[in-house]
Amino acid sequence: MRIRTPGVVLAVAALALTAGCSSGGDDPQNSTSATPAGATGKLVIWGDDKRAAALKPFADKFGQENGVTVEVQAISKDQQTTFVTASQQGSGPDVMVGAHDWIGNLVQNGAIDPVQLTAEQQQGLAPNALKAVTFNGQVYGVPYATENLALIRNTKLAPEAPATIEDLVKNGKKLKADKKASEILCLQVGQNGDAYHAYPLFTSAGGYLFGTDASGAYDKNDLGVGKPESIAAFAKIRALGEKGDGALKRSITVENSIATFTSGKCAYLVSGPWAVTDAKKAKIAYDISPVPGFAGGKPAQPFLGVQSFYVAAKGKNKALAQEFVTNYVTTPELAVALYQAEPRPPVLTAAFDQVKGTDPDLAKFVDAGKNAVPLPAIPEMATVWDPFGKAESAVIGGADPKAALTAAAKTISGQIKQ
Amino acid sequence: MTALLERETASDPAQQPGRGGLTGPLLKVALLGLVAGLAVWAAFPLVAERAWPGLAVLAVATAGLFYLYLTPRHVPLKYLVPGTLFLIVFQLFPVLYTAATAFTNFSDGHRGDKQDAVVAIQTASVTRVPGSAEYALTVATTGDPATGPLTFLVTDPGTRTVSAGTAAGLEQLPSGGVSVNAAGRVTAAEGYTVLNGGQASARSREITDLAVPTAGGAIRSQGLSRAYEGKAGRAYDAGCDCIRDTTSGKTWTADEEAGAFVAADGERLAQGWRVGVGLSNFGRLVTDSAVSGPFARTLVWNLFFAVASTGGTFVLGLACALALHSPRMRGRGIYRMLLVLPYAMPSFAMLLVWRDMFNTDFGLINNLFGLDVDWFGGAASARIAVILVQLWLGYPYMFLVATGALQAIPPELSEASRLDGASPWQSLERVTLPLLMVALTPLLISSFAFNFNNFNAIYLTTDGAPFPVDNPANGATDLLITYTYRLAFGGSGAQYGFAAAVSVFIFVIVAVISAVSFRRTRRQEEVYA
Repeated sequence: MRIRTPGVVLAVAALALTAGCSSGGDDPQNSTSATPAGATGKLVIWGDDKRAAALKPFADKFGQENGVTVEVQAISKDQQTTFVTASQQGSGPDVMVGAHDWIGNLVQNGAIDPVQLTAEQQQGLAPNALKAVTFNGQVYGVPYATENLALIRNTKLAPEAPATIEDLVKNGKKLKADKKASEILCLQVGQNGDAYHAYPLFTSAGGYLFGTDASGAYDKNDLGVGKPESIAAFAKIRALGEKGDGALKRSITVENSIATFTSGKCAYLVSGPWAVTDAKKAKIAYDISPVPGFAGGKPAQPFLGVQSFYVAAKGKNKALAQEFVTNYVTTPELAVALYQAEPRPPVLTAAFDQVKGTDPDLAKFVDAGKNAVPLPAIPEMATVWDPFGKAESAVIGGADPKAALTAAAKTISGQIKQ
Repeated sequence: MTALLERETASDPAQQPGRGGLTGPLLKVALLGLVAGLAVWAAFPLVAERAWPGLAVLAVATAGLFYLYLTPRHVPLKYLVPGTLFLIVFQLFPVLYTAATAFTNFSDGHRGDKQDAVVAIQTASVTRVPGSAEYALTVATTGDPATGPLTFLVTDPGTRTVSAGTAAGLEQLPSGGVSVNAAGRVTAAEGYTVLNGGQASARSREITDLAVPTAGGAIRSQGLSRAYEGKAGRAYDAGCDCIRDTTSGKTWTADEEAGAFVAADGERLAQGWRVGVGLSNFGRLVTDSAVSGPFARTLVWNLFFAVASTGGTFVLGLACALALHSPRMRGRGIYRMLLVLPYAMPSFAMLLVWRDMFNTDFGLINNLFGLDVDWFGGAASARIAVILVQLWLGYPYMFLVATGALQAIPPELSEASRLDGASPWQSLERVTLPLLMVALTPLLISSFAFNFNNFNAIYLTTDGAPFPVDNPANGATDLLITYTYRLAFGGSGAQYGFAAAVSVFIFVIVAVISAVSFRRTRRQEEVYA
């Protein structure tokens, strides 16, 4: 009997504990129905670290105005994958902040809903950014900032902006011969290539990734990789590579390209607004101009990336999310705050006008992006990056452009068909 | 714990339950309480998802645990069950889940179920009716703010007339009983309770679901303060199990084998769903020449990499251990400390450092030795480089375990062999090494299994490079696991189903090799032990 008694006591205690736990779990729900006028709605916003911090005060303000709680969560890595997976499991946010080229993939996974902007709201946005977030004829996100590549040069070493790539190489070689620099051009390639940074040169030499249909949208059935124009373009890129001028090198990678520039070892850097912070920190005298194209070639077109706010399709509070994204994000104050968190040109014309006076680099980046084409947001673009980059790296290392691009095109079209 | 306590009590009936005797039951209450708490915590999402089988498993497992620890019987089970549960949750379940995934088309565009796809297609097709008005919206109800039927009070921006919209339709309100603010939103209306932001957002789902039918489409909310007249361009028709475009009349019929809606002309809607595809993922590994050829080459290199990293580090580690084992060696402590240094560094960071050291133009190795080797550019040099890095990172571990094992071998044995006239080499080969191997072989096997799937070693240094010009899918230094990762999460969109098939394949290879090796070890033990 003595052995039994503790067992019974234990059972009772455990039951009590269970009951305690379960009633604890019920509590918040009970309280919601008990106080109908309280702050019952909750809006969850996901963004990367910097944006999450900038959004916080505005999210709180939005919450107070609407009598809801707003939670801003920073997702530090693989935002797109995390978002899609979490949405699928029902643990995703209501609003997601991210790049516009995610749209195709997010739509095919049913992760985001289209947003309906008024004509007035649409007119307040930069047209190319609005075009970038349009997919299958629908606007899927509210854009707020753009980014594109430009040529950043060390004005001490290279006072004049080069008109063509040939000029740049000529001057770079001279600097190298005079031992003023050790590299001609800092354009990141890396062992596996970098399609994003290669794109301006690729377009200037006449290559293209996807053709466009009558409405100007990218056509997945017209793949430019492997076409004669693109092979010819890669022949020009090869001539700049390790077996040619030595301006493009696989040893210049995402890790060392900006550092090599800021340490004064090369006069020219092809990079985006994010590199400017480093250049300022290193106290380099710099200037920004468009990425030059080949002499006699087409203009060099960098990609235009657009940061946007999305309404999650599986969010728990969609009406509130739509309210935030379409009627609140389109206000200039928020756009300016996000600009201050990370200096990229705001899409909202009113916000851009506010900040351009204080930051001369901004206008130069916008000018460099005048020819920019929106990054293709079609899901098929995901299959291009890796094979294209690898073909680029092989060709810069001296491989035959035709063999490399034909293989890349075969891999890409094989993956598109699935 | 209880079992011990009970046995103690039983063996010494005279002992009074004192303070020490209470610790056990208290601990048990706490642990069982924790179990109950965890069960309740896990139950809520299961109930919300209506995952009844999962809930049943949870209930049975919890009840089983309670029964087991509240009864004095089944003492051995009390010790075995926690470990078994963890084994099931953290080992068996992931393996089974991966294996199950390998038989599906789980990938980007095929993540959810058919219902999800239909909803996504319909939602994505809602467009504004051209030329329609943009309404200012106020959400109101005729009853209780939390439960009453919802009404959209929409203000026409031109005429500023207010209409009340419900699922039944739109009805204009008499202007007398309505007050409208400057933005056009209704602040009060006779017979209606206007919901504030918090109240409205609590009923978010109902608000997004409410569509007020109109002649041209339906009035839907866009947030809480605006509404627009929209029209769904595509609708699901259960009769033909297809999606129909309301304007062009084109249909996409559900293809349950592909998990997608496919039109007669072969056009496929992007939003698909997850279906079983049988063995086709495994078939692709064998039959798709773009996959199978490189796969075999990768497998060979992967085996070589695992053998070379394990064998190389073992030989080097053992050599160092033997050298420092000799009593004639001076300053052994310092040497040992220095040797263990690489082991103390986080390999994650060291791999990145090594990657930069192998850089052709800026790397330390080329600069220091005055070389101009394109390390990661050539297949042979890249492979040598990654194995060198592995050697540097891995030998301290082998050194440590070999030192430990050497110290466990009685020195009398080698002394005896020396007296018998054996040379030091013979003594090592015939006496020390066999004894050492009995202790070290299991470690070598696990080290082999680890290196076989040493993702970091490749991903952080070469990322598979160099890639042959004609094949950007697998590179010269790719292991199966990095190749799988590229398939599953790489640039070309997630293909979880196919990646799971490759994972199953890797699992089988590692399991077979380990099983064979362990069997051989056992035989070895029988010989020497």
